Amino acid sequence: MIKQRPPKYAERFLGWFIKPDLAEEVLGDLDEKFYLTIETRSLRKARRNYWYQVINYLRPFAFKFFKSKYRNNTAMLKHNFKVSYRQMLRNKGYSIVNIGGLAMGMVVAMLIGLWVHDELTFNKYHKNYETLVHVLRHEVEGDRRETNSSLITGLGTMMKEKFADQLDGVFMVRAREQNRVLAAGDRKFRQVGLFMQENGPELLSFEMIQGTYDAFENMGSILLSESFAKKLFGDEDPMGKFVTMDARDNFLVGGIYKDIPKNSKFADAAYVCRLAVVLGGPKYLNVWGNYNTDIYAKVNPNVDLENLADQINKAAAPNFNDYAQESGMKFYLHPMKDWHLKSEFQDHKQVTSQQMKLVWLYAIIGIFVLVLACINFMNLSTARSEKRAKEVGIRKTLGSVRRELIGQFYMESFLYTLLAFAVSLGFLSLLLPWFNETSAKEIAAPWGMPTFWLASIGFVLFTALVSGSYPAIFLSSFKPIKALKGTVTPGKGATIPRKILVVFQFTISIALIIGTITVNKQIESAKNRPVGYSPKGMLSVSPASPNFRKNYQAMRTEMLRTGMAVEIGGSNYPVINALGWNPGFTWEGMDPTFSESFNTISITPGYAEAVDMKFIYGRPFSMEPQADRNGIILNRSAMEAMRLDNPVGMVINFNPNWADPRDYVVIGVVEDMVKASPYEKTYQSVMFNNLFRPNYLYIKLNPNKSASEAIPVLEEVFNQFLPEAPFDYTFADDDYNKKFIAEERIASQASFFSILAIFISCLGLFALASFVAEQRTKEIGIRKVLGASILSLWKLLSKDFAVLVIIACLIAIPISSSVLNDWLDTFEVQTELSWWIFAAGGLGAFLITLITVSFQAIKAAMANPVKSLRSE
Amino acid sequence: MKETRLGDFEETLLLLVGILEKEAYAFKIAEEFESQTKRSTSIGAVHSTLNRLSDKGFLTSEMGAATAERGGRRKRIYSITASGQRALQDSRDFKLSLWKQFPAFAGDLNFSA
Repeated sequence: MIKQRPPKYAERFLGWFIKPDLAEEVLGDLDEKFYLTIETRSLRKARRNYWYQVINYLRPFAFKFFKSKYRNNTAMLKHNFKVSYRQMLRNKGYSIVNIGGLAMGMVVAMLIGLWVHDELTFNKYHKNYETLVHVLRHEVEGDRRETNSSLITGLGTMMKEKFADQLDGVFMVRAREQNRVLAAGDRKFRQVGLFMQENGPELLSFEMIQGTYDAFENMGSILLSESFAKKLFGDEDPMGKFVTMDARDNFLVGGIYKDIPKNSKFADAAYVCRLAVVLGGPKYLNVWGNYNTDIYAKVNPNVDLENLADQINKAAAPNFNDYAQESGMKFYLHPMKDWHLKSEFQDHKQVTSQQMKLVWLYAIIGIFVLVLACINFMNLSTARSEKRAKEVGIRKTLGSVRRELIGQFYMESFLYTLLAFAVSLGFLSLLLPWFNETSAKEIAAPWGMPTFWLASIGFVLFTALVSGSYPAIFLSSFKPIKALKGTVTPGKGATIPRKILVVFQFTISIALIIGTITVNKQIESAKNRPVGYSPKGMLSVSPASPNFRKNYQAMRTEMLRTGMAVEIGGSNYPVINALGWNPGFTWEGMDPTFSESFNTISITPGYAEAVDMKFIYGRPFSMEPQADRNGIILNRSAMEAMRLDNPVGMVINFNPNWADPRDYVVIGVVEDMVKASPYEKTYQSVMFNNLFRPNYLYIKLNPNKSASEAIPVLEEVFNQFLPEAPFDYTFADDDYNKKFIAEERIASQASFFSILAIFISCLGLFALASFVAEQRTKEIGIRKVLGASILSLWKLLSKDFAVLVIIACLIAIPISSSVLNDWLDTFEVQTELSWWIFAAGGLGAFLITLITVSFQAIKAAMANPVKSLRSE
Repeated sequence: MKETRLGDFEETLLLLVGILEKEAYAFKIAEEFESQTKRSTSIGAVHSTLNRLSDKGFLTSEMGAATAERGGRRKRIYSITASGQRALQDSRDFKLSLWKQFPAFAGDLNFSA
């Protein structure tokens, strides 16, 4: 009998998994079965059967690892859910503030996150993102160390020939924006395009919709972007048709490519033509003196860029002309991943670019707003939860385990966070189109982006956990008797973290107010600078026709004759930028060490009057064709840089390296014109008189005629002389205002974010104040009964918050002033950080706080004390 | 609301509990099931079903006496509750009514109790 024991391991196994309260009966049953089997069959069979029976007990009902049915977990979850839901409905105002505030914070964080993501993935559209490089040159010009991108075609051709082992491909693109007029039939448009070598589109991985890269082998072919092809040809099939450029050359459409997305360096390219065409023929692809191309190369993966740049330098050096040798030209291979955010150089070293700073700024604002919203959420959740001490007491008396209470509070905060997340998704889809417009981006909704969901889920969990922790851990620890008696007072300790959070919140808000005012003021100060000319009522036209110069005089006369224009002038460079620089000026009494370049442009007689330059000394160029041929006009900066005083009549020698030296006579000095960035100093500038080289036409409209009246008449005259070119004019003041777009964009977004931040903070404060007022209802009632006035009650309730905001001011002002000073230092023209900005920021926040808090305070103070004292 | 319909196995076990009366515990029921139906089963399967029937309220159980062949362990004795009997009757009546509607057998059989 002793040997006939059931198998030990089977018994032990059964004992391991079976529920303790079932063990006795089951083991008994199995024993009976075992001994019966021994009797009727055999010991072996009995043992095998015992195992079989044990295995057959592996069922959920007998498993101790399955939660007991009697504890009924799902019911508890349901209950928690229901309680949370009812809590939410019961305190509607509070729930809306809490969920709405968090949702707003989330949406700002999402928008900014998407923006930052878009910035960081710039150029990733191109398949060779990892291997493409742009060749830059470091050089020394006078005492300045500069980094430029325009290079010589000879270098590109040499790289292609000599470095085929390290480069998978080299292609050159015409430098500077190429803005040409393309025409098909009657439709003419001025568009930016790229002129590149035949392998360019493939290396840049343009996505061909029609045609292949091979079509680009043909010198006379053009590739069009999808949208531009549509614009030019409408619904017709553009393939195999001709496009006319600048009313001169015809190109055969060889292919259509998908529009390049906006977050690419080449986003503007509406068409692509061959480089040799714009340079004037293939022989210009091997020139060593003309800096007119960008050189791009695809590098083998394992090549060291610095080493390669050195090798290229050595190989190219023998071909350098005098200028290149003097300037100490050194090449630098700039990888594509750095093009957008890491492309500012100072003293030949990469420095943090403005764009990168902007990315940081946005990221910081985004994080701050999100943190503000989280703080709010936590503050409110914890403040509210203190009201629920009684609930905890009752739950505990009725037998709730602490773990379950913790679960309940977490569940509640999770529910709130999840709801806020859902709301924020709705906001996001509503706001994204607007955001894209104001930020000039093409950000798609991130619904298919796994990182977005991962980050969101992570954030929801984190916020729910952190904001749920205080009530979950603190409240659940209450002794039920105390909680029910009402002797649990959170004490001073509990409110201190809350106060710190409020101070933190308002510090950020105040700093944002001050920052926003300063950014706006900086833009304003640049806008209010004296422009030096009058862009108002002036048309700017760049006629895209080879016949322009020939017909200029006749057209000018005819336009003036219509009476719609009061003055017309031309120049070789536009008035809205500072292109064209030359050294080589000498004059009597010049400081021999002076070697600076001057901004040089050629203007026609009439230009000075058309753009309304302000003369300090002297006069404009005479209309007489042969008069003033050797005259020059200086601007104030030039006069000051040359240390001259009323230089009219002085002789200045100009010796450019591309023409013979000549003497010129100063006939006038004008006020500086803001041509380049309005945040930079104006440049020293010299204007030559040249009737034969205008590229740009400036037409001062007759102030007594409306623009809508004048333009059709002028257009008719224009078409009469230059029928092949479109009269695509711009208003000079629009062009001027475009200089402010980038900063205005930042300003409008910064304003939006700061308003949101302040709004979120106020929401939090509002709810917190209402909570405090509610908590002190009895106290207020008693005070009122004893004769307190409404004013004193209002003071009592508002004082605490006011103190917090004052502390926040004291912290925010020094921080923001130092940050803003650094920021302003990046501008040559800067606004003053006057005291009133800080005062306005602080006072603004203080007033907003008072209004927010007072609303609740007065409501509480006005309440009838009978009502508040009657209950209980 | 708990499921109150009876499955085939459940119905058989319920009947066996009624038949075995004081001896209705998992092992005995399993033995009886095998000998009456000539189908094999395991004690675990039977136990699990008995457990389910108890949840549905058709059976109650209490711990009974211990015997030597069980190593001195007690057994859980099941007995049918009123609602269990009701469920059995409903099940039988339902099948009977189906039988009566079956034209090939209708009239030949007379089960009525």
